[in-house]
Amino acid sequence: MEYQFIFTRIQPKGVSYPGVPLPRDNEVRVARPGHSRLLGLIADAQIGPFYLGWLGILSVACGFIAFEIIGLNMLASVNWNVVEFIRLLPWLALEPPGPQWGLRIPPLNQGGWWLMAGFFLTASVLLWLARTWRRADQLGLGQHTFWAFAAAIWLFLVLGFLRPLWMGSWSEAVPFGIFPHLDWTAAFSIRYGNLFYNPFHALSIVFLYGSVLLFAMHGATILAVARFGGEREVDQAMDRGTAAERAGIFWRWTMGFNATYESIHRWAWWFAVLTPLTGGIGILLTGTVVDNWYLWAIEKRFAPAYPAVWGPIIDPTR
Amino acid sequence: MKPEFFRKFNFLFGTAVVALAAAAFLVVTFERPTVETVQSGFRGTSMGQVYNTRTLAAVQARNVVPEMDEAIPNDPESPRASEVYENVQILGHLSVEQFGRIMLAMSEWIYPNAEDPAQSCNGCHVPGNFASEDIYTKHVARRMLQMVHTINTTYSNHVNANGEVGVTCYTCHRGQAVPAAVWSQEPSNAAPSRMWAVAGEQNRPVSATGYATLPTDPFTPYLWGDEEIRVISGSARERNNNQSILQTEWTYGLMMHMSTSLGVNCTFCHNSRSFASWDSSTPQRVTAWHGIRMVRAINNDYIESLRDRFPPNRLGPLGDTLKVNCSTCHLGVYQPLYGAPMLRNYPELILPTQTSAPAADPSAPVQPAAAPAPAPALN
Repeated sequence: MEYQFIFTRIQPKGVSYPGVPLPRDNEVRVARPGHSRLLGLIADAQIGPFYLGWLGILSVACGFIAFEIIGLNMLASVNWNVVEFIRLLPWLALEPPGPQWGLRIPPLNQGGWWLMAGFFLTASVLLWLARTWRRADQLGLGQHTFWAFAAAIWLFLVLGFLRPLWMGSWSEAVPFGIFPHLDWTAAFSIRYGNLFYNPFHALSIVFLYGSVLLFAMHGATILAVARFGGEREVDQAMDRGTAAERAGIFWRWTMGFNATYESIHRWAWWFAVLTPLTGGIGILLTGTVVDNWYLWAIEKRFAPAYPAVWGPIIDPTR
Repeated sequence: MKPEFFRKFNFLFGTAVVALAAAAFLVVTFERPTVETVQSGFRGTSMGQVYNTRTLAAVQARNVVPEMDEAIPNDPESPRASEVYENVQILGHLSVEQFGRIMLAMSEWIYPNAEDPAQSCNGCHVPGNFASEDIYTKHVARRMLQMVHTINTTYSNHVNANGEVGVTCYTCHRGQAVPAAVWSQEPSNAAPSRMWAVAGEQNRPVSATGYATLPTDPFTPYLWGDEEIRVISGSARERNNNQSILQTEWTYGLMMHMSTSLGVNCTFCHNSRSFASWDSSTPQRVTAWHGIRMVRAINNDYIESLRDRFPPNRLGPLGDTLKVNCSTCHLGVYQPLYGAPMLRNYPELILPTQTSAPAADPSAPVQPAAAPAPAPALN
């Protein structure tokens, strides 16, 4: 009963499990599997073997190129001073081309590097996405991870590629940088009249916070019935035991109905996937279809009105 | 191992993780109390100013009004300053008493250290020959007197927006020849490169923009030049607004400067749900709008126009003058010196007529004493 329970109290040590045999046309798995007592406390103690394959190798290579382009440009912007680089790292960025370039390809030092980093980063995540499909397929799994990852990539592409394309300017895209991308987010919302009045942004927040709530409810439920073997969710889904019964009764008592061992994961998957899907739609419509979300909300009569406590304030230029 | 060990380990490990997370959360999220909020808008709009009483004490200590003498009338029986002294170009209309008084006040406001042979009267005057034009600061001081007059009349919408306050030399100078908060153009943040993208205009933590990654010099375009500040569209669907996000960041930088200079939040002027709309803004936004125009006039007409007068050590690294921004007068307070009406005690600073550079001909007939300036209209 105490086996594979957080924190795992018993860690059996034996021969590493290599995994199921792979089909003939697959590459070999790399790295000799080992065991970690520390990781074993919070998860499975076995590490490896990895399956890299050519999709994985290409993806890591492209990701590395993008990472290097971003990092080297940041380093150049502090005159190759490593101490300054570390001190200012959160402020540094590789900025997109200026608005004067539109969708043309600028020189490297005026946004060309940004385009290149974006290309390689996109290639990297798309190759990893393909790899996700291939690995799931070879193991005979459903493609749920593929579609979930694709949803995240949708938002990434809207921000960095599709919306700038529709707007006709690379400058609409996000800089690569820690604080710069956050300040970009604030400026983006201000420029387009407050993103909080964008209904798709609102939906995205609903699904984001909903995901957090579902995760907490599900995690709490499973941990609470672990004493009855409830953490063996697959067993419980196939052959409902007292853990599943008690978990279900708990939620029926507290809120009238309950998810099943299978459906709760469907709920969680859809909430997680809909977060970037709806968010991406909201971003794509910003500046392309709606230029000022606050005024749009006024037009659609869902922004509340407040009394003018300061009296009429007149624009001095009028 | 025994289960007791793991139970103990779990407890200790869990406690350590929670304590570490809580400490990190507290350190990066909160400032040391006591924080007070002053509501400044309709309930539910989150409009309020947040003050930390501990840091407020330091700001208050920086903004103390100096000792002032009561104003004296311009006695028409007394001789005019221009009759008694040579080469009095701007203040010749004053009585000698008033003239002596304002000269003394100016020396205390700007060159207060009487022990220093280069300060007090000698800051602007050649010792023994007060009529001499040999020290550049005398020319600057003349222009500054005209500037103070312009501020108190043309820009009354700004300086008298909340009570009859006005400005004196002290509003900016505070006992220093060069006010504490001035700006000039700075070299690029990064050495330009033909190969690498270095983003030399932004991405450095500077106090002017609240340590964000916004463009670090929002002053040159908006407080020296008159670039368009507004970027947000005036209708839900607008075809012709091509203001970019980068352009928005420039405006954002200027707004951060205004916010940090005045020690206030965005909501001092704006209802942040719509930064653009005037009907949900506060009256302070109108005052600030006039202030931006005032600062542009100060920098262009009164400071940059003196560039050739200044010695190199009074210029910035790129050769432009040390100019003013919101901080120069406000110094962390929503109203300089908490709105102390210093000008009331120094009517000498109100000039009889608007004079423009070069200063009036000293041989011109003496102006009669100025009537008290009419009360500026509150906007």
